[in-house]
Amino acid sequence: MAESKKIATRESFGMALCELAEKHDDIVVLDADLAAATKTEIFKKAYPDRFFDCGIAEGNMIGVAAGLAAAGKVPFAASFAMFATGRAYEQVRNSVGYPHLNVKIAGSHAGISVGEDGATHQCCEDLALMRTIPGMVILNPADHYEMMAATKAAYEYNGPVYIRLGRLAIDSFNDPDNYSFEIGKGITLEEGNDVTVIATGLVVYEALKAVRALKEKGINARLINMHTIKPIDKDIIIKAAKETGKIITVEEHNIIGGLGEAVAAVTAENCPVPVYRIGVEDVFGHSGPAVGLLSEFGLDAAGLEKKIAELMNK
Amino acid sequence: MDKSEILELKKTACNVRLWTVEGVFNAKSGHPGGSLSAADIMTYLYFKEMKVDPKDSKNPDRDRFVLSKGHCCPALYAVLALKGFFPTDEIKVLRHIGAMLQGHPDMKNTPGIDMSSGSLGQGISAACGMALAGKLSGKDYRVFAMLGDGECEEGQVWEAAMFASHNKLDNLTVFVDFNGLQIDGTVADVAGLSELDKKFASFGFEVITIDGHDFEQIADAVNKAKEIKDKPTVIIANTVKGKGVSFMENQVGWHGKAPNAEQYQIAMDELREQLKALEA
Repeated sequence: MAESKKIATRESFGMALCELAEKHDDIVVLDADLAAATKTEIFKKAYPDRFFDCGIAEGNMIGVAAGLAAAGKVPFAASFAMFATGRAYEQVRNSVGYPHLNVKIAGSHAGISVGEDGATHQCCEDLALMRTIPGMVILNPADHYEMMAATKAAYEYNGPVYIRLGRLAIDSFNDPDNYSFEIGKGITLEEGNDVTVIATGLVVYEALKAVRALKEKGINARLINMHTIKPIDKDIIIKAAKETGKIITVEEHNIIGGLGEAVAAVTAENCPVPVYRIGVEDVFGHSGPAVGLLSEFGLDAAGLEKKIAELMNK
Repeated sequence: MDKSEILELKKTACNVRLWTVEGVFNAKSGHPGGSLSAADIMTYLYFKEMKVDPKDSKNPDRDRFVLSKGHCCPALYAVLALKGFFPTDEIKVLRHIGAMLQGHPDMKNTPGIDMSSGSLGQGISAACGMALAGKLSGKDYRVFAMLGDGECEEGQVWEAAMFASHNKLDNLTVFVDFNGLQIDGTVADVAGLSELDKKFASFGFEVITIDGHDFEQIADAVNKAKEIKDKPTVIIANTVKGKGVSFMENQVGWHGKAPNAEQYQIAMDELREQLKALEA
């Protein structure tokens, strides 16, 4: 495992946009007065002619993106997850989803790890909202390397994509030399047959540390990094259900409507096994340092280790 | 435009109104009032102004039209069918199960529709995106959008207006079909949408006010908009809701209601009379 410096996936996203724009003239980036936060400012500095700040008007931004896509451009529209998917939900549904336009929507500052800004900005509903839109692809990368690859994959895919970005700087745990990303294909990070832990996004690395600690204590858990929430990788879930008989999901999102329910739907219809959802338990977040909040909500390595061990006895 | 051209446009618009009523009647639902008020402008755009080819409806260099007030698609469908984008027979099954022509425009399945629309306020944003794409690609196509007056109550319209003006989208021409009525009553009574011209002017638009049923005025306004540089143009078109069908004209109740068989017959007779007079 390559341990490298901590980097937030929003930063990786900005870097990936620049790499892509070097080769592809059709990329246009939109933001809604949050370029410094979503890190599209990295693109803005490199390609000012292809960057448009739409101001604090997310609904219009999504509509402009739809029009750009209808005229052959590949727009990436970024804002906080709360506003890109919440405020502009209906624009995403009707102007992007229904005509299946080639728009990429980036939702930064997702989950409780937004930190001090508190509940109004801690979006734990974006995956649920985007899952309900027919044809929407949803990517939730777990580290720098995965975000770089996912952004490229989003560009290469012809259709609407939602990409979830985190604010908090996190470890880059994937090995760039042996990593490949494919939309809709989960990645097994640890083998094991006692239980399967399926995690997504920023908390994958926390789950990885928890699963490794549990192995020392005799719990042999499988760990899957589910970077694509939709289309969900049914095969890897069914295989895990058959081989391990129990699944625990981990997400920095409301346990309603996110990864856990997507996984449970697959097992319920194909191979019913107990599925336990670890996440934000249908409550709003609150202010505080991101790392402290992850700990409070039981989504850091220590909290996950404890919770998974408890669930093994259920 | 000479007189014969205007006469031809009037005849085409009359046919557009006949097919509009035909479509709404057969659908047993839909929006005749605003379709009829916008029919002349859409006829002018597709039969006189826009660079479009029914045989090459996705040409990247074409002019574009976004019907932001998407519910008035019966008139747009009639225009597109008469222009040759698809057979007029499609209009007879408008809104039926399995039909190509949906209750609101669907760009994925309907040739000639440049943007799916229907949720009010959204089309003008997409038109801004298309205009911006044209600028970025160095293409000289023009983008037209049509808003309803009631639609201007949507905040997104003003977000888009700010964007269009800020980005100097002089290749964008926005029509407002100002027929003065919306579902719940007159626009003045429902939300007090006053001084729309001043509102758009303060958002940085060139503003032209016309009679939206006068082809010469429509032509002059569209041509003037082409000369305006570095800012978008809005053409506020004063129109009559239900125009052409006597019992529908200026009646709030005909916003979203289909005529019954008897009303259908009266409407078609009236429009055929108007066509006959034009052909005489």
